[in-house]
Amino acid sequence: MHATEATTTLRREVEICNACRYCEGFCAVFPAIELKREFAEADLSYLANLCHGCRGCYYACQYAPPHEWGINLPRSFAEVRAESYEDYAWPRPLAGLFQRNGTVMALATAAAIALVLIVTMAIQAPGMILATRAVVPGEFYAVIPLAAMQVIGIATFGFSLVALAMSVRNYWRDAGSERTIGLPAVLVALGDVLTLRNLGGGGHGCNDNSERFSMTRRWLHHAMAYGFLLCFAATCVGFAYDAVFGWAAPYQFFSVPVLLGTVGGIGLLVGTGGLFAMKLVDDPMPAALKLLGTDVAMLLLLALAAKTGLLLLLLRATGLMPIMLALHLGVIFALFVTLPYSKMVHGLYRGAALLRNAMEKDQAPLGGGGG
Amino acid sequence: MPDLTKTYDVLIAGGGNAALCAAITARQAGASVLLLEHAPRAFRGGNSRHTRNLRAMHERPTDVLTEAYGEEEYWDDLKRVTGGNTDETLARMTIRASSGVFEWMADCGVHFQPSLTGTLNLSRTNAFFLGGGKALVNAYYLTAERLGVVVAYDSEVLALKLRDGAVREVDITYRGYPYTVQARCVVASSGGFQANLDWMRQYWGDAVDNFVIRGTPYNRGKVLKNLLDQGVATVGDPTQFHAVALDARAPQFDGGITTRLDSVPYSVVVNQHGDRFYDEGEDVWPKRYAIWGRLIAQQPSQIAYSLFDAKALQLFMPSVYPAVRADSIGELAVKLELDPAKVQDTVAQYNASIGTGKFDNSRLDDCGTVGLDPPKTNWARAIDTGPFYGYPLRPGITFTYLGVRVNERAQVLLENGQPTGNLYASGEIMAGNILGRGYLAGFGMTIGTVFGRIAGQEAARHARN
Repeated sequence: MHATEATTTLRREVEICNACRYCEGFCAVFPAIELKREFAEADLSYLANLCHGCRGCYYACQYAPPHEWGINLPRSFAEVRAESYEDYAWPRPLAGLFQRNGTVMALATAAAIALVLIVTMAIQAPGMILATRAVVPGEFYAVIPLAAMQVIGIATFGFSLVALAMSVRNYWRDAGSERTIGLPAVLVALGDVLTLRNLGGGGHGCNDNSERFSMTRRWLHHAMAYGFLLCFAATCVGFAYDAVFGWAAPYQFFSVPVLLGTVGGIGLLVGTGGLFAMKLVDDPMPAALKLLGTDVAMLLLLALAAKTGLLLLLLRATGLMPIMLALHLGVIFALFVTLPYSKMVHGLYRGAALLRNAMEKDQAPLGGGGG
Repeated sequence: MPDLTKTYDVLIAGGGNAALCAAITARQAGASVLLLEHAPRAFRGGNSRHTRNLRAMHERPTDVLTEAYGEEEYWDDLKRVTGGNTDETLARMTIRASSGVFEWMADCGVHFQPSLTGTLNLSRTNAFFLGGGKALVNAYYLTAERLGVVVAYDSEVLALKLRDGAVREVDITYRGYPYTVQARCVVASSGGFQANLDWMRQYWGDAVDNFVIRGTPYNRGKVLKNLLDQGVATVGDPTQFHAVALDARAPQFDGGITTRLDSVPYSVVVNQHGDRFYDEGEDVWPKRYAIWGRLIAQQPSQIAYSLFDAKALQLFMPSVYPAVRADSIGELAVKLELDPAKVQDTVAQYNASIGTGKFDNSRLDDCGTVGLDPPKTNWARAIDTGPFYGYPLRPGITFTYLGVRVNERAQVLLENGQPTGNLYASGEIMAGNILGRGYLAGFGMTIGTVFGRIAGQEAARHARN
């Protein structure tokens, strides 16, 4: 992580926090601050990615604006976090995609959809696109050949996985821990990720847009994240059905992939819709406005994936099936391609930060006295 | 805009912890309540927004307090710090009531921290608010507004007009415009006067220009002064205040907790002339930090310098400002604008008088100086390992002791000993009844909470009758 205006601002604020420590009950960030006296860029990157953005510390802060010290940790953390995504991105020439990320995501999605539609049209006779059909196995492949789906899917997703792995490796080398990773720490970190323990002021909830505490954001994020995981599971099961067992899509409603996808899709819709609605009534002070594009693009793309998937399920017996299939695959394609250059990376970096945090739990805070 | 034309059952002057406890309690008892906070919304909460915990009696461990802290031990602590400058009846009443506030506070949305690291090892005696005092104040305002308390910010109470021993009307300004408000009862919860430098100047002269006020700039003592002028009985020495050693670079107001310095016991402290003036290692810091404000206030130009070496840097909580750093004592003195020869001499004398004790920062280690005046009786180690560090220190005023006299029903008393007809007080404006001198961490919040609730209850009851 290199020094910027954002890291300079954050360092000043974190040093004030370290002299105060009133917020130490809110989340893992403050006890982690107490282990240090001086904060290198890598430490700030670690803390920024450890922050879940619950805003408890902003509304509780006696030094928040308009106090002359103007402490606004949620915003400063978010800004450093965004810079860290760019700093660790792999390969380097693509790091710039994190700038104007909303536009990049929108263009990528539009291009991916257009591409899949054009390919579909080119491969198939235009006449079959609007013909009524029954839900029979193999029907999807008449629209887009299985091989094409698999090649494109594996190629894009495979690249994204490699890019994500390299990015996290960059992060860990800079802002991770030098100790050996042990299983207990991994389990603690995994538990933190799955429960979002740190999202919500020591168990009382986030400050969504005021001094009031609320669990809304945590539940919506759960709906979205678990919805996403279920959809991903549906994709994997579908892939296995065909590749391993030779069962061709589409599958009946009461089949494992369709049920997983349906429940997951609804979760995704609820989560992304709710989180988007929260942005509309947000308190602009603790929010980092220049990241709005990145956040909203991700929410909309996920929502689009869920919507097109559910619509495909509803309309697959009608003449609209081929178009819906192409749209849905286009969106998924866009999701895969942009994966390492979108808000999605936050999960990995935060997971890595939680891992370092779990590994450092045995350390005692510096400086005993005071009051 | 709040309705300032109607007659409220209870009018609260102030917007900190004690005011909010009174407002919520009165509203819960069915009264209509108007709360007038001098500060704008962003700085609401008086000094409570800088607090962190509340001292509470308890017979057995609770989810937020360890072990036990009984009435007698609590009372002994209070007697010791005040030197008997307290009212035993009111004090014991407050102590007993402190064990019963948690359920009500939780119902008001106040969250506590389950356990604590680092600070002062107070988890046996003090319950810590999750997120500190501003989070507590936020919770109380949310609750007050939900219950229908009318809250007016930017509202300064100028005068509680007493006639025949009762408040007949209240002069205020709301957003700069003057109003006269009617209320059946009034609760004065408007704090001390430490932010009123002109008032302080009467006792301390121009030294006040070198004082730092740790808390809100809105505690001007206007209500207190107004009541004293109308023949209300007082408590507490008007010239005295609670003061700690602060980083001299602190802002004049509202620097809060982060500017205090805990380096003293691991350092030598010199005044502007480069002379030591008090035993830096007299006792453990939590028992001594409150005397250092006064000590520095008595030094020339009200400034002092805490000097230490690399061995001590990690032993105390960091201040919000970095220590001044140098490779030699002489260079450090120059950077602090002190006479280098004198400071070198003071440090050399100190280094030459270090005894044979073994340094142990976890206890009183008797590692003291020999033949030095004044001595340093604990944690005395040679200052010899560079780099060398120094902090400039000034007195930081927390609160003043002067207040109005009250009885156990929180009624304000007149000079003739009779209670006023409809005037109650809670918080810092009456804390001097119980804490007439000294300091006990978290006790101000206890007094504010207990008396705020009593005042709210009594005022609501009186207004209904």
